Amino acid sequence: MSGSMSDVFLSFQQHLDNEQDVREEIRLAVRDLEQRARGILTLLQGIHQQTGISTIPELCAKSKAQFATVREQYQVLKSKVPEGQYYRFHDHWRYLTQRLCFLVALTVYLEEERLVEREQVADMLGLCTEQDKGFHLDLDDYLSGLLLMADELSRFAVNSVTAGNYTWPMKISVFVTEMNLGFRLLNLKNDNLRKKFDALKYDLKKVEEVVYDLSIRGLKPSGDTDAVPKSD
Amino acid sequence: MTGEGKTHEKGHHTRGHDRGGHWSSRNRQRKHDDRRHHEDRRNQDEKRDSGVDESLPVVKMFRAFQLELDDRYDRYERLVKLGRDVTIESKRIIFLLHRIIRNEDKDKILAEANRKICDLNTSALREIAMELRGQSYYLYLRAFSPGVQEYVEAVTFFHYIKDGHLITLDDIHKALVFEEQPEEPESDTAAAESTSAGENPPATFSLEITPLDYMLGIGDLTGELMRKCINAVGQGNLEEPFMLCSFLRDMYAAFLTFGNTAGRDMSRKVWTLCQSLRKVENACYTIKVRGSEIPSHMLADMFNTVYPEKESPDCG
Repeated sequence: MSGSMSDVFLSFQQHLDNEQDVREEIRLAVRDLEQRARGILTLLQGIHQQTGISTIPELCAKSKAQFATVREQYQVLKSKVPEGQYYRFHDHWRYLTQRLCFLVALTVYLEEERLVEREQVADMLGLCTEQDKGFHLDLDDYLSGLLLMADELSRFAVNSVTAGNYTWPMKISVFVTEMNLGFRLLNLKNDNLRKKFDALKYDLKKVEEVVYDLSIRGLKPSGDTDAVPKSD
Repeated sequence: MTGEGKTHEKGHHTRGHDRGGHWSSRNRQRKHDDRRHHEDRRNQDEKRDSGVDESLPVVKMFRAFQLELDDRYDRYERLVKLGRDVTIESKRIIFLLHRIIRNEDKDKILAEANRKICDLNTSALREIAMELRGQSYYLYLRAFSPGVQEYVEAVTFFHYIKDGHLITLDDIHKALVFEEQPEEPESDTAAAESTSAGENPPATFSLEITPLDYMLGIGDLTGELMRKCINAVGQGNLEEPFMLCSFLRDMYAAFLTFGNTAGRDMSRKVWTLCQSLRKVENACYTIKVRGSEIPSHMLADMFNTVYPEKESPDCG
């Protein structure tokens, strides 16, 4: 084998070995984060319980406390990713980050009844939003997280009616409608995000059905409902 | 080009005015069209969204996302187009290099190929590097990766014919470092502006090729060498097949050492490489056995018979 050829192949072999090491470490860091995310998800599932609505403030406080660990774990992950190569390994934490965005968004919504900003999510996860600063919160991931939340909220609307609370469906209806409005401003490409956005209309439909059921039975809570579109 | 970096940040549509060559004029036209379409679309959006209450915080938020996503998608599309340009031009260079039949033509064709490669460097590849300045490289990699692989194939093929050995990635990178062109006054003034503005953009910028793209490009190169080998027999050159054969054997052995670690693309390439190598080896075999018996122009036909394709586990 001529000299240049063996050099070429040797250096590529080194490149492969190196990459494998990096991936290995990233995988470990991501696994820890996934575990934590599952913990928070299980915690927040409490809202669907019969008595869940009254425990919302507690659940949110607990969930917020858990994000402190998430922040630390993201710092670990951050340190494993070589500079300028965020998107090279993005697939390893893409889904995880979407899930965590969803959890942050849900926590904030339950507490403050508003849509969480991207900066705030990034802050809760210990990340930044500018992509030139290295490890950041990708816009796609944030938006996917919001769409995951819409799905969860449509479920929550149903369950809150079962639990005898008729105000949440009203609020959720306004909220999801607004979110839908926002998403319709985006010119989405035919990719994963678009696919998730396409599912948003079903969540909206579900919530609207719940509101309809309540209305025709006269179960609509009086007072704020007629002027509902002006939330807060 | 230092000056362009500045305009680039403001908006990419204003770029592309100071580049020479046939690429730029075409691209300028194209970019102009892009922009017009874009503005049309924006206007339509505005009309359609007139019912949207712009004061809602959600709407304000998503307007910003709209801008960011549009920028990302547009850049991606531009890179896909540039990548396609690189692919087409690289394929042409490869065809050109296959046209080397007699030794007398060789220098002339090599010179022409060299000129084409340089053209490509200073046009499409340079624009790719421009688009990627200050951007996340790997976010857009998939847009132009096929083009880059084709380019690697063309360049390595060129250098193999010229010098008989494999050019390294570092050597390829040397040609992909760009700086401002001194003969263009426009860029000089732009450079002066940017320094006076207190910015310090790097004096040079470069296009990185990932090692994987390079290796996949080399994998393609083996296919070209196989074609070259068969062509050589057709032209009555009975020494070259043996040289190519040993080169390919070395390459195949080296590729096998990677195993499954290099991804699915690579495994497929190695399998194809195995097929090419078998073809070349069979050609060499036929030359040895039958070479003295039949005229060389008939030999070429014999290689076109299809060999049974066996899938052996060690072929990847």
